[in-house]
Amino acid sequence: MVSDRAYLKLARQGAGLNAVRDEVGRLMAGFAANGAEAVEPAALLPADVLIDLYGEDLRSRAFTTCDPVQGEQMLRPDFTVPVAQMHMQSGAEAGRYAYAGSVWRRQEPGSDRPIEYLQCGLEAFGEANTAHADAEIFAILAEALRGAEVAPVTGDMGIILAGIEALDTTAPRKAALMRHLWRPERFKRLLERYAMPPEPSESRAALLEATATGALDDYLAEQGPTIGLRSPDEIKSRAEILLEDAATPPIPMEQVNLLERALAVSAPMREAISSLREIATEMPALSPAIDLIEARAEAISAFEIDGFQLPFEASYGRTTLEYYNGFVFGFTAVNRPDLPQIAQGGRYGALTRALGREVPAVGGIIRPEALLSLNGGQP
Amino acid sequence: MSALKLAVPSKGRLQEQTFEWFATRGITLERTGSGREYAGRVLGVENVELVMLSAGEIPRELAAGRIHMGVTGQDLIAEKIPAWETQVERLAEMGFGHADLILAVPRFWADVETIDDLDAAAAAFRKTHGMRLRIATKYHNLVREYLRREGVADYQLVDSQGATEGTIKNLTAEAVADITSTGDTLRANHLKILGGPPILASQASLFSSIHSDWNNAAMAARQEIISRIGAAHA
Repeated sequence: MVSDRAYLKLARQGAGLNAVRDEVGRLMAGFAANGAEAVEPAALLPADVLIDLYGEDLRSRAFTTCDPVQGEQMLRPDFTVPVAQMHMQSGAEAGRYAYAGSVWRRQEPGSDRPIEYLQCGLEAFGEANTAHADAEIFAILAEALRGAEVAPVTGDMGIILAGIEALDTTAPRKAALMRHLWRPERFKRLLERYAMPPEPSESRAALLEATATGALDDYLAEQGPTIGLRSPDEIKSRAEILLEDAATPPIPMEQVNLLERALAVSAPMREAISSLREIATEMPALSPAIDLIEARAEAISAFEIDGFQLPFEASYGRTTLEYYNGFVFGFTAVNRPDLPQIAQGGRYGALTRALGREVPAVGGIIRPEALLSLNGGQP
Repeated sequence: MSALKLAVPSKGRLQEQTFEWFATRGITLERTGSGREYAGRVLGVENVELVMLSAGEIPRELAAGRIHMGVTGQDLIAEKIPAWETQVERLAEMGFGHADLILAVPRFWADVETIDDLDAAAAAFRKTHGMRLRIATKYHNLVREYLRREGVADYQLVDSQGATEGTIKNLTAEAVADITSTGDTLRANHLKILGGPPILASQASLFSSIHSDWNNAAMAARQEIISRIGAAHA
């Protein structure tokens, strides 16, 4: 029906529409009461910035269109990037923003997920006390969901980041692992290759030999003529890295196992913290990340939520929530598998860094239509 | 008007081989009118109309149900129809028009042999040049899906509808993803294929649409064609 919308029937007119508007108004008022300024980013965004930030995957998930003058444009697939851009361009150190509006995502063929749905969210930039800012955003969203049948889940990308840093290996290997944080399968493949390196192929052995003996220029010339933008210097520099990598000792299996054990932790916060502390006795570099998790749990407890009872999953956020690099959380409608997560959010310093200036940033969104549907159509 | 519309490639070797393939199975497809007119007929099965279309348009017409059956490449079907298995049925692989969709890079890239190498080279390229490594292709969906599955990052697809192998020399791409059968064009352009299985191994196939008007007469014609070609479908 033309008046249906995401997760709600007949909610584009009359009483249904009024209920959606009231719900969005209630959420925005709650965010404003917590000091957020209302913002309204454009629905059409330049595609190049978004693809540069998120990668080519986004092009298959976002609707693109072309303007003869402005070039490729995208229908807003989320608010976080344009809101972060607004903050950066304002030049302000700190700022809190609230927004509400449609986002558009292409769905897999056969999926019944909507291609257009509302998001209502809050982003906080430049707040120096990480644990407190994380806790406050989580508490504001939890408060907005009060009375709804949702189960929270939390995680922290800081564990995997600290775990990679703790590995006894070279900086290029760590950088390669970091780069694939959000692609768990490739991450696993890389980690296994670094722990149990395969025999090099014949041609790879020849390349390494040529690199080691200073015969690389001749070797490259034998392969074929130089064409394209990627220069012989770039190939030589990667050949040097490959040679260095071939001489690098494997990552000790015990460390791989420790990291995998840490990533498998899934328990109520108090138990999770003590499991992680135990792993940290053998991998002390995890301790600062665990300290932050504990400080956050305490900070959350100041908001009438028992922070130490919240579920914690060390791998939460690695597949679904790109660009988060700290605290991550979500609220799931456990009895309504037909609905998506009702709310989700996290910390994303890496995104602001990619936009040109690293600013502490944490935020979250609620899906008001899904929340209304969960609550039986009434706010 | 005939009940069943069968679409075949409008010209060239692909059309000749299609005609031969049906002829050996007792169905004569032939052109009518002058040599340049896109008109033809079917002898040997009642109620079938021969439609000549560009092989690239046949997937779209099948998906829309405007034709009942069509001969085209597996690659074009997979690229142009999302979740193609739910839209069309493959009745037969025809044993010609073999082509692999592959990734290729300059031969002098001695450091890149596998998809893992390409991923690592893409990361370094982005750092050096401040842009993502460009892969020229016309198979955007198949290539993007493949690279996503393989966990490759830091690349971007650039559109190339022809002479794709030349894009690297022209500095509009660093790598290409294209269809190849012999690899001659790749070699002539100083490119090499990445190791491992191709993104897709394709050949000409006969497809049947799920969305066409399958009235009794069309069903009868379909049954007749299927029994002639010996496909294992009811």
